[in-house]
Parts: sequence; C-alpha cells; structure tokens
Amino acid sequence: MIRISNVQKAFGSVIVLKGIDLTVEKGELVCLIGASGSGKSTLLQCINGLEPIQGGEILVDGISVHDPKTDINKLRCKLGIVFQQYNAFPHLTALENVALAPRVVAKRSRAEARALAQKHLEHVGLGDKGDSLPSQLSGGQQQRLAIARALAMEPSYMLFDEVTSALDPELVGEVLETMRLLKSEGMTMVVVTHDINFARESADRVAFLCQGEVCEIGTAEEVIDHPRKEQTQKFLRRENRKPLEIVRSSVA
Amino acid sequence: MNGYQFYWSIVWDSLPLLLAGAWVTIQITILAFIVGTLIAMPMAVARQQGEGWAYRFSTWWVELSRNTPAVFQLYLFYFGLGAFHINIPSYAAVLISVSFNNAGYMTEIFRGGLNAIPRQQLSASRSLGMTSPQSFIHVIFPQMFKVIFLAYVTQGIWGMLNTSLGMLVGLQELSGATQYAQSASFRTFEFFLATALIYYLIAKGLQFSSHLAFRLIYRS
Repeated sequence: MIRISNVQKAFGSVIVLKGIDLTVEKGELVCLIGASGSGKSTLLQCINGLEPIQGGEILVDGISVHDPKTDINKLRCKLGIVFQQYNAFPHLTALENVALAPRVVAKRSRAEARALAQKHLEHVGLGDKGDSLPSQLSGGQQQRLAIARALAMEPSYMLFDEVTSALDPELVGEVLETMRLLKSEGMTMVVVTHDINFARESADRVAFLCQGEVCEIGTAEEVIDHPRKEQTQKFLRRENRKPLEIVRSSVA
Repeated sequence: MNGYQFYWSIVWDSLPLLLAGAWVTIQITILAFIVGTLIAMPMAVARQQGEGWAYRFSTWWVELSRNTPAVFQLYLFYFGLGAFHINIPSYAAVLISVSFNNAGYMTEIFRGGLNAIPRQQLSASRSLGMTSPQSFIHVIFPQMFKVIFLAYVTQGIWGMLNTSLGMLVGLQELSGATQYAQSASFRTFEFFLATALIYYLIAKGLQFSSHLAFRLIYRS
C-alpha cells in the first residue's frame, strides 16, 4: 500500500503540492488527472524519492520514502517508474537495457539477468528486439522497453508519468495495451495521464489534482462522468474540447 | 646548398638508446592517461555540481593545471617538493606532473560531455535502484566517453608530448635519451629529426589503437 499524507513540495518559492492525501491499495489502478502544472508528475517523482519533499510523509508498505534512514535504493526496487521521454539507455541494446539493473542492483549472474530480461521483453511484445539499439526502435517500442526495464526489478508498484504524451498518435495504442495487460495481471499502478478515455475505462479510482491539492477523488464514473466540483467540470470540458493530438502533445 | 652532410649511421648506432627512451615515454604516457582519467571522472562530476568543497577543490585543480606552463608544474613537483626535503625520482615527478596536467584538461573535457547527456538518464537509472556511483559507471560515463572521444584522445597525445619535459629533470625518456646521444656526437639535426619521427609514430600508434578500442566498445 502507498499512503501519502499531507505531502508538501516547493521548488524554491513556487509551491507545487499543498498537502496531498492519497492512498493506493494493493492491486488498484489510480489515475491522476489535472491541468499542466497541477503537480501530478511531481507527486509521482516524490513517491519514489526522486524529488525531496518539504512536509508530510509517503509510506510504501509502511516504509517512509523520505526518511534519511531508509535505504532508498532498496525501496526503489519495489517502485517501477516509466517516464514521458522513454529514457532508454542509448548505448545498450534492448536486452542489456532490461538486464542492467537485475545484474548491478539485484546482483544476479549475467546469464540469469539476460534470461530474465528476455522474459520481460517477451511480456511487452519485444521478444524479437533484444539485439536492437533503442535508436532502432519506434517511440512506442522504446516506451514498452522502458516498461520491461522497470518490470525486470519485479516491483510491487508501477508508476507511469504521462507515458503516451510524447508518442505519435498511432503508437499510443500499443503502450496502453501493455498497461492494460499489467492491470489484468493485478499490478498496482499509479498513472499520471491526459488520456481521459484511458482513465475512464481502466482506473479503479481517479484523482483530479488542481493547484497542488486533490480536488476530487472517486471512481471514474464519479469523477469523470459526474464531477461534483466546479474545477473538475471546467477541466473536463476543456479536455473534451481539445482534439486528442493536442492533449497528447501537451507537456506536464 | 650549404652542403650539410647527414651522418645517419650515428643515429642508427644509438637506436637502442632511443628506443629504450621511447619505452619510458610510452609507459609514462599510458600511466598518466589512466591516472588522469581516474582523477578527472569524479572531478568532472564535482564541477557539474557547481557547489561544495569537491567543486571548489576541482575548480582549483583545473585553474592551476590549465593556466600555468606544464614545465612549471613539473618543476614544482620535482624541485618544489625537494625544497621540503621530499625527494622524488625524476620518473615519478614526470608521471605526477603529466597526470596532474591531464586530469585538469580531462576534467573540463568530461564536464562538457556530461552536459550533453540528458538529466533524465540519471533519474532513469536511479529509479531502477542503482546508486549514484553505479549510475555513473554503467549509464552516464559510457555515454560521455562516446561524446568526448576525439578530444579525449587528443589530450592523451598532448600528455605524451608533455613527457618530453622529462629531459629537463634528467629523465632518460625519448627526449632525454636524444639529448644525451646528441651531446656526445653533436649531430643535433639528425638525432632530433629521428626523434620527431619516433614521437610521430607513437602518437599515430596511440590514435590507431584508441580508435580500434572505440569501435570494439561502441560497436560502430
């Protein structure tokens, strides 16, 4: 379980998160939606300790992420994250990208790590791309590679930070398909997205973030189809008006 | 023509002496290249941080090594330390001063390379549970060396040329050996021409082998 309580975060004098409370149960898929600058991506980066926080606490399976005594590298093995900009390691083949952390962090043998990597590449439909360099893969394939790389650490949670926003529209489907596959296997997921349709059909719960706070949270039906708060209604009207391409290319 | 008579046979007779000197030159070049690289890697990271004691330390190193003549740096290690009764052999003095000079220049070359690598590469590797040193060793530095390769090899060759200062502290590296041989025969022109050719061949050898290594490592 991920328990986020009263988390505050500022970049200098700019306050990004003003006391966020959110709990993610095991096996749940929670979508974070909200306008650019509402703090969704920042919250995600706080959950795995890539960003420090100024107040509050985040507990992952009861372990405090920002406690200096916590072994953050060990904790991060439980928390896979996939970024908007794929971030494949360009000097390594697809197989080596996936095998690196199992070998270096989990201290598996080279052969074991490669076998594990092959298994996860096949899982995301890249079983035949092991020897390709990231530059030889499409954006959608690179993003699935990034998912396989995170899965190879066998995490309990997966965090997705606008993973389809940088993709060409025709490549979005294959990545969403991979995410649905993970969901069907019972993975606990926190998904920052601008894709309202994905949130509606896949999320167990949807949280609408507005100006650094959780403005509204509930099932997709409650938040997306019958929003109660005025800010949520306004945001969804704007999202619906935008052609999909613009939504997808907008940057967090 | 003034009718200068070349006597190459005397150079030919001294060839074993010159080659022995060349071997010392190659040793120091490779060692100083490795030592300089090992020092420059953490210093470049510290320089990129932009604050803290490590940043200030490496900034001083870079400033001193790049803005004073290499010969002063050698004299400081050889005679300067001698003034404090720390007497080091001329071999060590040349090795230390060329490493010092290499590290300063390489730090700035590496820093430029690090700047060319997107910050998210570090976030991505840290998010997989890798420590900061692991991330630099497995993800950041391999990409950095690809970017800065040419400048890096050039610095290695520059370091090799700098070892010729060993002549001034009595080291029998290639220049020292040449100096010794020509002072016995006064055939200055022949000896230094021959030596220039040997330096050139060493430089080309270094260049060739590093390009070969590059192609093996990066599969391109």
